[in-house]
Amino acid sequence: MHEMSLCEGIRQVIEDQSRAHNVRAVKRVRIEIGQFSGVEKPALEFAFDVVMRGSVAEGAALEMIDLPGKAMCYDCMKEVEIDDRLAPCPDCGGGKLMPVSGDEMRIKDLEVV
Amino acid sequence: MCTVCGCGTASVEGHEHSHDHDHHHHPEGGDLHFGHGPAGVEVPGMSQDRLIEIETDILAKNDRYADANRATLTALGAFAVNMVSSPGSGKTTLLCKTIEALGDQPLAVIEGDQQTANDADRIRATGAVAVQVNTGKGCHLDGHMVGHAMEHLDLAEHSILFIENVGNLVCPAAFDLGEDCKVAILSVTEGEDKPLKYPDMFTASRLALLNKVDLAPHCDVDLDLYEKNLRRVNPGIEVIRVSARTGEGMENWLNWLRSSLQRKQGSLAAE
Repeated sequence: MHEMSLCEGIRQVIEDQSRAHNVRAVKRVRIEIGQFSGVEKPALEFAFDVVMRGSVAEGAALEMIDLPGKAMCYDCMKEVEIDDRLAPCPDCGGGKLMPVSGDEMRIKDLEVV
Repeated sequence: MCTVCGCGTASVEGHEHSHDHDHHHHPEGGDLHFGHGPAGVEVPGMSQDRLIEIETDILAKNDRYADANRATLTALGAFAVNMVSSPGSGKTTLLCKTIEALGDQPLAVIEGDQQTANDADRIRATGAVAVQVNTGKGCHLDGHMVGHAMEHLDLAEHSILFIENVGNLVCPAAFDLGEDCKVAILSVTEGEDKPLKYPDMFTASRLALLNKVDLAPHCDVDLDLYEKNLRRVNPGIEVIRVSARTGEGMENWLNWLRSSLQRKQGSLAAE
């Protein structure tokens, strides 16, 4: 996708927070990635190491927390959890599903010194 | 100054060692605090690293720019569409025909491409105001680029702003530009399974324009299956079949634009 741009976004948030909290170094960054966010995790990991060089988060560990994908089934009108964007409704087998969550790309917290 | 961690309270001249262990004496306002770690207490030998809760979207900065763009558009009563598609779907031709057909409707265009001003030149040839944004190596427009482009446009009140995104069905789905909605353009030659291959973009779009329908008889395409696949990834999506070349379906698209602009102005007036 655009993992490099995402890491630039992560770096900006980290730098803003580090200034605000007098942080000297970030040891660990925890991010939440939704099932439907389109993020390629190995690519994000690679880009993270590259983009954080020269910042307070250089060498920091990146921990990714998976969030489930949820969709509204237009056939049975229930909110269901699905693993795959094109999976049918696990309840009624319907094929008209509108994602309602799972597109998250969020920085949860930072472990800092 | 402490040469171990850089804090200003201790001086350890000539004392140097590597940084591969944890320290627990981080000064705040010149005081030393030992109980500000996640555990709230000092435990000898344990790390006292702080945890900063952030809960911020990675694209928060982009979203702030997008919100500012949205506010500018709202103040003008203008309606903005973010036009997304694969390269070669016929976006620019469709846009040129749309502009000609809209007549004296105030409008402007932001053209996004990696390189060249070819598309903006084509738009300007219709008499419309256009700004070309070259993203260089970038694969999408972002809120910041569009904000600057809008500064150059001197957008009139009640305008329609067309933002022609970089031809790419992946990345532009995630970047809010401040638009009212995304409109996806697909050409019938791309294959009926395009929506299934790139679901995110079609889930994010309010309308899909199925373009080049005049070519459908020549390329064994099942237009009903195309629409079915679009609704499979977005049950609420609207679909209009058009041909920018022959003009088929263009009136439906123009009506959709006019009524969207009116609806926005109506909801602004009601506030």
